[in-house]
Amino acid sequence: MDNKIKIAKRVAQELKDGDLVNLGIGLPTLVANYIPDGVEVTFQSENGMVGMGRSPEEGYENKDLTNAGGMYTSANPGAMYFDSAFSFALIRGGHLDVTVLGGLQVDEKGHLANWMVPGKKIPGMGGAMDLVTGAKKVIVAMTHTAKGNPKIVKECNLPLTSIRKVDLIVTEMCVIEPTDKGLVLKEIAPGYTIDDVKNNTAADLIIPENVKIMGE
Amino acid sequence: MEVINLKKVGDLITSNSSLMIGGFLGVGTPENIIDEIIRQKKEGLIVIGNDTSFVDKGIGKLIAKRLVKKVITSHIGTNPETQKQMIANECEVELTPQGTLAEKIRAAGVGLGGIFTPTGVGTTVEDGKEVRNIDGINYLFEKPLSADFALLKAKRADFKGNLQYNLTARNFNPIMALAGKTVIVEVEEIVPVGSIDPNNVHTPGVLVDYIVVGGNK
Repeated sequence: MDNKIKIAKRVAQELKDGDLVNLGIGLPTLVANYIPDGVEVTFQSENGMVGMGRSPEEGYENKDLTNAGGMYTSANPGAMYFDSAFSFALIRGGHLDVTVLGGLQVDEKGHLANWMVPGKKIPGMGGAMDLVTGAKKVIVAMTHTAKGNPKIVKECNLPLTSIRKVDLIVTEMCVIEPTDKGLVLKEIAPGYTIDDVKNNTAADLIIPENVKIMGE
Repeated sequence: MEVINLKKVGDLITSNSSLMIGGFLGVGTPENIIDEIIRQKKEGLIVIGNDTSFVDKGIGKLIAKRLVKKVITSHIGTNPETQKQMIANECEVELTPQGTLAEKIRAAGVGLGGIFTPTGVGTTVEDGKEVRNIDGINYLFEKPLSADFALLKAKRADFKGNLQYNLTARNFNPIMALAGKTVIVEVEEIVPVGSIDPNNVHTPGVLVDYIVVGGNK
């Protein structure tokens, strides 16, 4: 299975019935496709809506209805539109249950860096800093390494997105929970060993006696 | 409120003006006003907007035509031209978290002297700013942000200037309507006063100085 789909499926398991959820652009967007049966969540989009639906079928696009990535989207029954100040009132004000974001690095303190690589790629933070600072639960969904280099590191050398500790890191290899004591390996994906995870991680991991098998 | 044509809009906006421009990746951006600014070649602009859109859309076109000396925005990732000009020191880019940008603009528009936000504390956004501990939590002080002109896009206006936005094209437009010294709105249609249900008026006409009908772009 494609790594990104594997990660998206595992993240989807974290969503609870009734949650207000914001999905970042890219990998996190895939999470919407794997919400478990019986779980109904409401999607918030930074550009100003709650109740965002699926991508419209061809021919049903509306030029004024897009998601935070600028792609055409749709509104579910019961949706609402609002301005950017209200959108971030929801985000910063602690009214958003879960945010799922991509990551460039996460470190032992659970700090996330995901908005720029100095001198190389400077997209800007967009809504990421507010999302990580304000959401009740922050899940980082990312591939475990980038071109073979570990993305989970001792200390981020890229500019931080927030000093708020993220709540969960989901990669194709494992699930890690940042805690006050450090990064705890919670689950390991089928086909990988604990040594595989260690060899691809540049941070110390706390490995409990029972590490669960990562489900979908 | 006065209904004017595009040429008059261009005449009003002088080179070196500061502009806050509504829209999110070009959705809810007054494209025809931007085209007129380009046509009249207004230069040295300071632009405030959520993002720099794409090279061929919205704010992105002003950047690509090199009419912008400084941009205050949250995201430039969809417009490679912005990053190129930033690295070459041709266009100054001030990156601001999106929620902070919205509140800075709102603060200017609602008569507040700034805001305290937890967003950006302990990051590079904090550099040079006051950090205040309020009831055990650290906040950054962010100043209000206003501009000479707010250039907005609405679905429709009535002849009193009351505005109705469409779907997610609302975004930064309503807060910029409060924070621009002169507010110019591009609309798809102007309808008789009273034909927009008062429940559905998103920005009151008292905030609007000029309306231009720009078509469905």
